[in-house]
Amino acid sequence: MAQMNMVQAINSALDVMLGRDPRVVVFGEDVGYFGGVFRCTDGLQRKYGEHRVLDTPIAEGGIVAAAIGMGVNGLRPVAEIQFADYIYPAFDQIVSELARLRYRTAGDFCAPVTIRTPCGGGIRGGQTHSQSPEGVFTHVCGLKVVMPSNPYDAKGLLISSIENEDPVVFFEPKRIYNGPFDGDPHKPAVPWSTHPKGEVPEGHYAIPIGKAEIVRPGKDATLLTYGTMVHVAEAAVRLVGVDAEIIDVRTMVPLDVDTLCTSVCKTGRCVIVHEATRFSGFGAELSATVQEECFWHLEAPIQRVTGWDTPYPHAFEWDYFPGPARIAAALRGVMEAR
Amino acid sequence: MTQSRLHVPHPPARPGEKPDFSYLEIPPAGRAARPDTLASALEIEQLGTGMVRVLDEHGQAVGPWNPHLEPEELQVALRHMLLTRRFDERMQRMQRQGRISFYMKSTGEEAVAVAQAMALQPGDMLFPSYRTQGLFIVRGKSLVDLMCQCLSNTRDMCRGRQMPIMYHWAEGNIFSISGNLATQFPQAVGWAMAAAIKGEDRIASSWIGEGASAEADFHHALTFAAVYQAPVILNVVNNQWAISSFQGFAGGERRTFAQRGPGYGIPGVRVDGNDFLAVHAVTRWAAERARARGGPTLIEHVTYRAAAHSTSDDPSRYRPKEEWQAWPLGDPITRLKEHLIGLGEWSEERHAALEKELEAHVTACWKEAITYGTLSEGPTLDPVSMFEDVFHEMPQHLKRQREELRRLLAEQHAAAQAAAAEG
Repeated sequence: MAQMNMVQAINSALDVMLGRDPRVVVFGEDVGYFGGVFRCTDGLQRKYGEHRVLDTPIAEGGIVAAAIGMGVNGLRPVAEIQFADYIYPAFDQIVSELARLRYRTAGDFCAPVTIRTPCGGGIRGGQTHSQSPEGVFTHVCGLKVVMPSNPYDAKGLLISSIENEDPVVFFEPKRIYNGPFDGDPHKPAVPWSTHPKGEVPEGHYAIPIGKAEIVRPGKDATLLTYGTMVHVAEAAVRLVGVDAEIIDVRTMVPLDVDTLCTSVCKTGRCVIVHEATRFSGFGAELSATVQEECFWHLEAPIQRVTGWDTPYPHAFEWDYFPGPARIAAALRGVMEAR
Repeated sequence: MTQSRLHVPHPPARPGEKPDFSYLEIPPAGRAARPDTLASALEIEQLGTGMVRVLDEHGQAVGPWNPHLEPEELQVALRHMLLTRRFDERMQRMQRQGRISFYMKSTGEEAVAVAQAMALQPGDMLFPSYRTQGLFIVRGKSLVDLMCQCLSNTRDMCRGRQMPIMYHWAEGNIFSISGNLATQFPQAVGWAMAAAIKGEDRIASSWIGEGASAEADFHHALTFAAVYQAPVILNVVNNQWAISSFQGFAGGERRTFAQRGPGYGIPGVRVDGNDFLAVHAVTRWAAERARARGGPTLIEHVTYRAAAHSTSDDPSRYRPKEEWQAWPLGDPITRLKEHLIGLGEWSEERHAALEKELEAHVTACWKEAITYGTLSEGPTLDPVSMFEDVFHEMPQHLKRQREELRRLLAEQHAAAQAAAAEG
């Protein structure tokens, strides 16, 4: 086992896959020679050459379209979109083409493309470097949508994504690239070496897509969350001192309904937390699913804690970010209800 | 003080007016030089402003672009073009009779797809637009298969998931047609990049209309193709009309579409799209260039959309009815036919016999196709199959929805049977 932060774990996943499978190609803006603006592809072009790890023009639509063409021609493209906020020029190629190619050709054509893209705020990125658009993609039939919350999962899930026969949008919460973040920006940064999930095997391993993980077992309430917010939720649970079960959803599509709903049926109380905006956000899907599956077990109305329904404001980042205090209040709310 | 005003492009003629193609400069056949296949894009910029033409007004093949094809090959070409036209006409009629929901003819543009498919290698990957059905016909896809797709019947290659004409053919190396315009252009470049990454000698070719060249995908395709020198042929079929918008609305008033190539460092070649020989020669030139690591070529095919945009369109609302008759580049089928007759390799009698043979073939294919079902008559596809192929393996939520639909259909079936028994 090695100590890795999330950037190193992602780099290691790409390294392993480039080494194992000659069909894997990695490309995106600044991805090749420079190694990526977040360093996720550092050293890979030197190791695998310019035909396997490529810099691309600044054209997200072109990047995804080229990935589709490469996928159709037998490669396994891993395309980086430098920030999730920049993914929209590629929207048509993702939604109308990538997601539906297998369907519209009755399985005769497919493009097993993985799109990696850093998401989320808390980095002083303002509204163009902070978004969490996962819900935009979970609404699209034919895409798998993944968001890891730690280095170990990031590597295992990225390897699974690349090996998957379907297109995957792989969101990387950039606030936790270098260490787990509990939602308090005033505390000194904590490195991944302090966290058990910073222990990452150097070789190949896969974490199945479609499996949630119980991060903290508990019996009083269930917290459903993913990405950066897993760590913020842990802090909130410590704050409230309640025995809450925290579930890291990990894969939004396909969703591990069994793990989620077994927990809520057990605890009877549910708080859903994500950094993305609330209205029509992925939390709404989680809430509806829990209501349908667990209604007769619920002791309290389901609560959602999310980013406000505004663009991500630069100056008011920590008023916007759904920090531990807001999660704690929601937890207390579901505990008090009866 | 000068006030700003928009320039709103107007076509030269609207309904009731006299067709006017004076905007189109047509150089004599044989005039364009045929450069070396590895000439630099800037050296051969004039190919984007002139027009490569081989067949002259007497039906003779002239000049350096004459591909010198054998008469047998030209006879095959004539057959493919005629079959495309007969197929289109039949399907249009079937739509009018309500047997299929929609159709799009390629009338007047048959030379583009047929000549290009014939000039390329069978292993080359084609990324078609919705008006290049000739590609499928040249590569040998059976008309029955194409008709079954239009019928969404039990033999539909798309299993009822796509509107008519959105064909694909994996074994024939023809990609799937998308209703979202120009998306296939940069995908073809990606395919060609993969061929180069793998070190293959296969190339890609893609088609869009001049209207769709306004999409960002056009720019992405040319940028990526130029940057990586991808082995790809990018075709803009300038048929003058994008539904009701004439080519000026895609920027055709200022520059030819071929001229956009050199801006990216890509040769732009403008060709008489109704001249089978010229299209064939230009395609072969571009293919040789691509295979010799010369990179991409942009080809503009100057042609005319003789039919409506689709069965949902009525062109008499926006253009003169007589425009097709006035089109200065003529009918591609007539031109090749006259050339062959001039060579002593064809005759009106043989032509009439071929027409009759193809008509009978199309009729027989249609008769067979409808035995596999139509939109209104069985046999029909099983609706629960709609849940397949969304993903490689069906996830839980789709299995649940499939069960729900299955239950619903069973209830409907039982209710219908009960009603019939009472009835």
